[in-house]
Amino acid sequence: MANNITLTIDGTKVTVDQGQSILDAAKKVDIRIPTLCHHEDLCVAGNCRVCVVEMEGRNNLIPSCATPAEEGMEIITSSPKVRRARKDIMALLVSEHNTQCTTCYRSTNCELQDLAAEYNVDNNMYLSVLKPNGTIDKSSWSVEKDDSKCIRCQRCVRTCAEIQHVNALAVTERGRDMKVSTFMHLPMNEIVCTNCGQCITHCPTGALTERRYYDEIWEAIDDPEKHVVINTAPSVRVALGETLGFKVGERVTGKMVTALKKIGFDSVLDTDFTADLTIIEEANELLVRLKKAFVTKEEVALPMITSCSPGWVKFIEHMYPDHLAHLSTCKSPQQMFGALTKTYYAEKIGVDPSKIVSVAGMPCAAKKFEANRPEMRDSGFQDVDAGLTTRELGHMIKQSGLDFLDLEDSDFDSHMGESTGAAVIFGATGGVMEAALRTAYVVITGRNVPFENLNITPIRGMESIKEATIKFENCVSEYSFLEGVEAKFAIAHGLTNARTIMDQIARGESPYVFIEIMACPGGCIGGGGQPIPTNNEIRLQRIKAIYDEDMGKPIRMSHENPEIKKIYQEFLKEPLGEKSHHLLHTKYRKRKRY
Amino acid sequence: MAEVKELVKELSGKYGNKRESLIPILQGIIDRNYYLSKEAMLEVARELDVSAAEIYGTASFYSFLDTEAKGKYKIRVCKSITCDMKGKNSVVATMEGMLKIKVGETTQDERFSLLETNCIGLCDEGPAMLINDECFTKLTPEKVRTILGDYVRNKF
Amino acid sequence: MSNNKLRVVDVIFSPYSVAPYEILKNTLKKDKEQVIKDIIESGLRGRGGAGFPTGMKWKFAAQQKSDIKYVICNADEGEPGTFKDRKLLVEVPRKVISGMAICAYVTGATKGFIYLRREYRYLVPKLKEELALYHENAKLLGLDFTIEIFMGAGAYVCGEETALIESMEGKRGEPRNKPPYPIQVGYLDKPTIVNNVETFASSAMICRIGCAEYKKLGTDDQRGSKLFSVSGDSPKEGVHELELGMTLEAFAEEFGDGDTKAVQVGGVAGFCIPRKKFKTTIIGEGNTTGGSTMIFNSSRSMYHVLHNYLDFYAEESCGQCTPCRVGTQQLLKGIEAVKAGIKKPEYLDQLVKLSDTMRMTSKCGLGQSVTNSFSSIVKNFREEMIY
Repeated sequence: MANNITLTIDGTKVTVDQGQSILDAAKKVDIRIPTLCHHEDLCVAGNCRVCVVEMEGRNNLIPSCATPAEEGMEIITSSPKVRRARKDIMALLVSEHNTQCTTCYRSTNCELQDLAAEYNVDNNMYLSVLKPNGTIDKSSWSVEKDDSKCIRCQRCVRTCAEIQHVNALAVTERGRDMKVSTFMHLPMNEIVCTNCGQCITHCPTGALTERRYYDEIWEAIDDPEKHVVINTAPSVRVALGETLGFKVGERVTGKMVTALKKIGFDSVLDTDFTADLTIIEEANELLVRLKKAFVTKEEVALPMITSCSPGWVKFIEHMYPDHLAHLSTCKSPQQMFGALTKTYYAEKIGVDPSKIVSVAGMPCAAKKFEANRPEMRDSGFQDVDAGLTTRELGHMIKQSGLDFLDLEDSDFDSHMGESTGAAVIFGATGGVMEAALRTAYVVITGRNVPFENLNITPIRGMESIKEATIKFENCVSEYSFLEGVEAKFAIAHGLTNARTIMDQIARGESPYVFIEIMACPGGCIGGGGQPIPTNNEIRLQRIKAIYDEDMGKPIRMSHENPEIKKIYQEFLKEPLGEKSHHLLHTKYRKRKRY
Repeated sequence: MAEVKELVKELSGKYGNKRESLIPILQGIIDRNYYLSKEAMLEVARELDVSAAEIYGTASFYSFLDTEAKGKYKIRVCKSITCDMKGKNSVVATMEGMLKIKVGETTQDERFSLLETNCIGLCDEGPAMLINDECFTKLTPEKVRTILGDYVRNKF
Repeated sequence: MSNNKLRVVDVIFSPYSVAPYEILKNTLKKDKEQVIKDIIESGLRGRGGAGFPTGMKWKFAAQQKSDIKYVICNADEGEPGTFKDRKLLVEVPRKVISGMAICAYVTGATKGFIYLRREYRYLVPKLKEELALYHENAKLLGLDFTIEIFMGAGAYVCGEETALIESMEGKRGEPRNKPPYPIQVGYLDKPTIVNNVETFASSAMICRIGCAEYKKLGTDDQRGSKLFSVSGDSPKEGVHELELGMTLEAFAEEFGDGDTKAVQVGGVAGFCIPRKKFKTTIIGEGNTTGGSTMIFNSSRSMYHVLHNYLDFYAEESCGQCTPCRVGTQQLLKGIEAVKAGIKKPEYLDQLVKLSDTMRMTSKCGLGQSVTNSFSSIVKNFREEMIY
């Protein structure tokens, strides 16, 4: 099938596989063709027409992204005809775009802006066809939608359909009225949307952005009455550098902590602490469920599924409301952190919890919605006051005028700043599972997982659904009921894959005991709050950074985290205990599917 | 909304519940209810297991799949060039006067919607219009007074 | 050979043969490949507008290996000024259906659809009767090919074959990227032959009168007879079957009102030919084959005509590709601005260039053909655009 095809691009011969596009072929010989509607993650659209090229023997230009390479083709990617056409197309896009770039959140990180400048497009080359009275939809806690900046490339629509299978966004109307919108143009907070933010990271312009809260955080920092605490997720430290001049995959943990302290946060803590805590609670929850299933033969929902990813949680609430019992009742690390910040931590440092502003630095858009869930007030206050994306943190650090590249490293503050390698890998798809297995295996057998250096490599990587089977042998007496059991585990990332897993459960055919699901491709390192662009190459580099960080940690199993031991001794008493139940666990709600 | 539910069930029984059944189902709803209400579109989404946004996106693409409330009788006057040349404007003005609505509007009693549409393939007999599925040609102000008058008086 | 003269012929609308589906019956006795050869030999080109050689399309489709193939009759006649397909479906539906059945026979298709534009729904009851008659005959003839009607829902762009297929699949009628072509990947991803109503009727007539006879009609470039939808400032509005190859001068003499200023050939997707070029323009050569001819006399404002076209385009563009979605709006706004004196007359030249970019870069024929009417009107009637 993989017939080789040889064609000529700008005089250079190149051989590609059958089915590859002219654009793919050009990339292979390092010829850059500009694109807008094209994205590596998505199917071909051929909508924007910026990538047109000239083909020998053809009068019209052809879209290089949508045209399969054919034997003997002679392609010219830069000619007077091509440049003139591209410039016209860019001018047309600019004419329907709100060009207030100076106040755009995506300014200097905008594909339209880059190309318009590259092609020297005059803002007045054509008349503006921008629709008047466009209002920005700020109804959602997570996603802001500004139609006046939309270039109708449909990347968001394809993202929502292909990667997430949610189809919250669709193309509506036609011709001059055509736009990207929602069911009956309803505001974003009234539709079936998981808030995952993948539409944001796939948007070439500022049409879709996260709802931003950092002005409020500056206000809190500036208020001497307030004690402002931030905790940052593992994926932030491996991606933040991208927004501040570091290359992809560079870990900036220490610099990030220093920067946040200098910015004025009263305490900089580590979400990894509650990631470790999640492992303790979740592993125990799983063992209780297994005990019920195997020993007391009670009705219990298995497989159990992780609940750290708020995009995934909202997805299951919408799409599989009858299967919510499969979700672990554990709150996400962010929300555990919030609940403990205004209880345990407040007590420790002797600050009135009403004066605490708890901020979460997250790779995520859905975390913003999660922070605002009405059920997330178990501390007696809103547990997390605001969730900021990696991008927002980048902006704050830039605003503060720090020379990030040259900052000294420093450590997280204490009381909830200690973490293990197991917590770090939460950021990559398969990480929660790996962390859980590292601990669960010890609990069940008294021995470490039978993998070199604790690295459970079979469940790492970008494969859409990963599986693992572990046989429990020589179990400790308490878990002798698991002796000889071959337990199957699965990991899915991206909600389209989650749907496959859930359909299997709905049919009663799921062979697994425990499943990890993350809403975003690659897990949190590919989250909707991460630096743009994000593509597979970038995801893999961030994942590598995550595992490097893990390997560098002295402690790599959650149950060995000394601060975790301490919080159980001093505050929580026992996993799944009364206090844990109150502060660390939650309930889910059924939502509409359509 | 039990009624919409039943209707959609009936239509999917007739045309199937695959994506390619969508347009016949939507047309079936319009034949009965004159337009696609929010409830109707949600019901179709449920029946075909397609997102509501997709249903709306598809419906709003087509001129005959109305997603806003429309009257029982939809008057579609051709506005393409030859009908326009032959006096479409005076025909429209006459009907606007009779129905006391402007193009694009629906009468208060929800009987008539007055719309302009692109070419309806009766260019040799223009100006032409459709009232629902029936076509009327070589229109003059006098002629539409008779035609529409008949509808107003006799068709409910 | 025609002498650039206008000749009214009577092929397509000629009376039916004695018994229904006589043509089909006789054709089914012939070798499939021979039938395809005859259609190729006849020189018949698609009558929808794009003008692709029909026999070649059938040949490629016959070569496709698939468990199921579809034949679709494109009756989404939406081009302003075109109404011949309606007349064919009213007057000689059996020829259309026979053409579909012959196509199915030679290509191995088993399922057919007539994609009927929503505006023609009043034709459905009669068509259904005709289809019932056909199905009876097909059964008798042992032909495994059934046909049903699929109603369009009101979108000009669905006349584009891939948009039509998307529409049948319950989606927005947005043209697909090509390749692959429908004969490879069509309706529900199966090989699908889409032909215009008149193309099927003409194919049936070629099978009836024979390729040699059919070829006697027309010119080397354009074979056979062709239906013309005549409208506008004409005392003879209606559908006329003419031998291909006549000049526009002969045409205007026959159909104009004596004061013809311009003829729009090929619908709004075609060209607007001013009087001074009537002598040198042969209908069907270098212009589209859809057969729409709209006649304008000297009382008509060509600015108004163009404005009407552009408004049509801005509404009927599917909106997915940039040049067509934004370009159509720019052309419309642009001529308004020039007329209002907001933009200088030279802006028209920039717009003509823009329309050329649209031709070169649009995804489908809709956006690609806007330049035809736009530049021909702006160039030939520039004064009317400005003052």
